[in-house]
Amino acid sequence: MKAKDKQAYLEEYEFLKKKGKPFFPYAVMKDSTMALIVVGVIIAMSIILGAEQGPKADPTTTTYVPRPEWYFFFLFELLRVIKPPELVPVATIGIPTICMVLLLLLPFYDRGPERHPGRRPIATTAGCLTIVAMAYLTYLGAIGGSPTEIEMKVPPQYEAGKEVVAGSGCLACHKIGENGGDLGPDLTHIGSQLPRAAIIRSVEIGPAEMPAFRDLPPKKLNQLSDFLASLD
Amino acid sequence: MKLDSLIPAPLRKPAKPGEGNGSKNAAPADLKTSPPERPSDTERLTDKAKDAPADVLAWVDQRTAASGFLTGMLYRKVPKGTNWFYTLGSAALFAFIVQAVTGVFLAMFYTPSPTEAYASISHINNDVFLGQFVHGMHKWGSSLMVILIFLHMGRTFFFGAYKYPRELNWVIGVVLLILTMTMAFTGYLLPFDQRSFWASVVGININGTGPVVGPYLSDFLRAGPELGATTLSRFYAIHMLLLPGAIIALIGAHLYLVVKLGTTAPPWVRAEKPKIAAPVSQLDAGAEGNGAPPPR
Ligand code: HEC
Ligand code: HEM
Repeated sequence: MKAKDKQAYLEEYEFLKKKGKPFFPYAVMKDSTMALIVVGVIIAMSIILGAEQGPKADPTTTTYVPRPEWYFFFLFELLRVIKPPELVPVATIGIPTICMVLLLLLPFYDRGPERHPGRRPIATTAGCLTIVAMAYLTYLGAIGGSPTEIEMKVPPQYEAGKEVVAGSGCLACHKIGENGGDLGPDLTHIGSQLPRAAIIRSVEIGPAEMPAFRDLPPKKLNQLSDFLASLD
Repeated sequence: MKLDSLIPAPLRKPAKPGEGNGSKNAAPADLKTSPPERPSDTERLTDKAKDAPADVLAWVDQRTAASGFLTGMLYRKVPKGTNWFYTLGSAALFAFIVQAVTGVFLAMFYTPSPTEAYASISHINNDVFLGQFVHGMHKWGSSLMVILIFLHMGRTFFFGAYKYPRELNWVIGVVLLILTMTMAFTGYLLPFDQRSFWASVVGININGTGPVVGPYLSDFLRAGPELGATTLSRFYAIHMLLLPGAIIALIGAHLYLVVKLGTTAPPWVRAEKPKIAAPVSQLDAGAEGNGAPPPR
């Protein structure tokens, strides 16, 4: 913004301010109405939605699927949308950091004198796109599971086993379908490569770098191996 | 009447002739026919009591000179066209106040240790009078505060309110946004149930994947090889002391600038130009409490 524009703005603003009303009582009235609404909504949410506790934290469980508070869903979703492991740091820290820096420095690179949203096409479009993208990612996060989910269509009898695998952290090292890392062998077709008993043995013993999952209850171990043995 | 003395001279109504320091001392119209009665003791006492608040305020004002600033702030003009979108900032402020008040209540019963945290929340929910209600207000209030901040940011963005001369207020706002999100993240661990525990594990690990500072950041947050007692007390201190202090200070700076610079008018409201454009210096002279920095 040039000095001339700055001066023009200050002049114009002074006029508008003179035409305005005093903060008290006019703006104070609106603000206090809003305050009542805010407190009212919070009280209503507290009464209707409550504050139930979940089960107590148990660091030894391996089957819990973590979910953040809903306003972090979009971050979680970024993690899921971007699959290749070498891009994960970019997704989780890079993109949010870049967005934050862009947001912080906004007044320093958008310096035009125009303020009307209709006459700032780039800013307005960028703003709307950001809102749509965040809303979409939040929506995906709301309907989807956590990043430890396996996006694979399986027959209903194997759903339970899929959940066990997803919740046990196997994806940290194994790839199943679209998801997971590549430290250990790809398990997408493990059913055709290993018999069910051998799968169970691997899970119980934990070959090489793989940890032994001895704490898995027998029922879960059964579901897990049913699911893995079905992958061919 | 004495309260008038708190209003700066230009804003005060001129005293009517015959009115001295206050109406109670004014001489009756006809002194001879009705000689002044001596006020009874009770009358004098009630008079004194009525003046007490004004006396206290005057005492404080003499020592702080705050009244000039306060009346200036209260009676400053907000520009033409100011609408309901302009309440979103103060709505965020009220949500923050609700969080602060309910948070103090929760802190009275909460124990930040991995063995007792969960039980202390159960205690709040089940035994403390209105405990679950206040806990619920704190929990849902956080969501509302985040929503309100985003809406407020959207308003200032689309109205172009971040432009000259309010750039700095935008920057402070973004820092407030980051601090509020950090507040939400650190608060999420405190109930120490499965959900909060595992979400924090994942959150800390995500931090750890970041370039350069990532691993250090996650080590700092976890405060040990595993998420445990030290992590919890660290999150608690950040959530309870560090961030609220920083947020309060920054809200103070944010609001100071709002008062100092004035709020924008909606961008579609234009001033009808006077026939002959008045020079700025003249405008400035007439403007009360115009804090905008001088042009150039
Ligand atoms: C820390 C990383 C890690 C985790 C976590 C992990 N694994 Fe493994 N897993 C490995 C590695 C490495 C191997 C290959 C070992 C070898 O080559 O001897 C392996 C081998 C296997 C095999 C044998 C594959 C073959 O082709 O021989 C199976 C089956 C298996 N893992 C299942 C699982 C399941 C089920 C889970 C989750 C409950 C799991 N793993 C968790 C690292 C891991
Ligand atoms: C704790 C959070 C915040 C509080 C309590 C707060 C409070 C306020 C208040 C009360 C105003 C007065 C005008 C209005 O209400 O619209 C204001 C103005 C402003 N805020 Fe915030 N704010 C917060 C966060 C933010 C954020 C995240 C941003 C942007 C990134 C921001 C940018 C601004 C700007 C640019 C103005 C000047 C607007 C104008 O003059 O029209 N604020 N803020």
